[in-house]
Amino acid sequence: MRWIWIDKFLEFHPGVSATALKNVSLAEEHLHDHWEDFPIQPVSLMIEGMAQTAGILVGQARNFREKVVLAKINKAEFTDIVLPGDQLKYHAELQTITEQAASTHGTVFKNGQQIATVDLMFSHVDQNMAGLKFPKENFVFTGQFLRLLAGFVETPVL
Amino acid sequence: MPMSKDEIFQKVKDVLVEALSVDEDEVTPEATLTGDLGAESIDFLDIVFRLEKSFNIKIPPGEMFPDNILNNPEYVAAGKLTPSGLARMKESMPHVDFTTFEKDPDVNKMTELFKVQTIVNYVSTKVK
Repeated sequence: MRWIWIDKFLEFHPGVSATALKNVSLAEEHLHDHWEDFPIQPVSLMIEGMAQTAGILVGQARNFREKVVLAKINKAEFTDIVLPGDQLKYHAELQTITEQAASTHGTVFKNGQQIATVDLMFSHVDQNMAGLKFPKENFVFTGQFLRLLAGFVETPVL
Repeated sequence: MPMSKDEIFQKVKDVLVEALSVDEDEVTPEATLTGDLGAESIDFLDIVFRLEKSFNIKIPPGEMFPDNILNNPEYVAAGKLTPSGLARMKESMPHVDFTTFEKDPDVNKMTELFKVQTIVNYVSTKVK
């Protein structure tokens, strides 16, 4: 199993921007504990949703050759809470991409209203400065992630 | 009109305050990026991205901060930079002051080479 925190892409412009949608449902078990009397969507999972939206944008920009991992949260500012029944949209824009890393600017909308800014940095782990070695296969972009892009872009067989 | 060193320093300071979440008064010319300002490896890339945007310049990999020197056995032996490694660094990074470092070129002390002033020196060579 893999945690996927976006339901589908609404838009995908290769190398430029992407928008993903997430419906928050009380059927999701984490909301039963966070919190039992007042379920709200954890901010950490919304950052993860943005990281998945932006991370796929970054990965696709170089045809999924790199293993893209979240390396730094440059900014995460939320102005509202999110409840079961709310619909989230994650809009990510690619700002910079190089051999080693990428940065993205993200905006989160709740039922059409902007509620957050989430700016992230991603590292291409095979190009890390410490020279650490990682497995050859691309463990980041598995089939489940790539299927989200069906209908938007051609995805390679990894 | 070319930018003055003061203007460059101020913009570098703004970049570092944003990238490293430090207070303005911590960003002095002699402050080291890792030791004093707490930068980690990903922060160096973040700083490069922000400088490129802020000054509208291009910073090729390995030009401001070292790239693959530490992975090359010709340049590192027993935890120290070899004479050829040191020569390569000096040649490729003229904006860095090696005076103290070259007395004991321990790779663990390499991060101390990178100070706020180092970035100001580098940017000064790139902006016209």
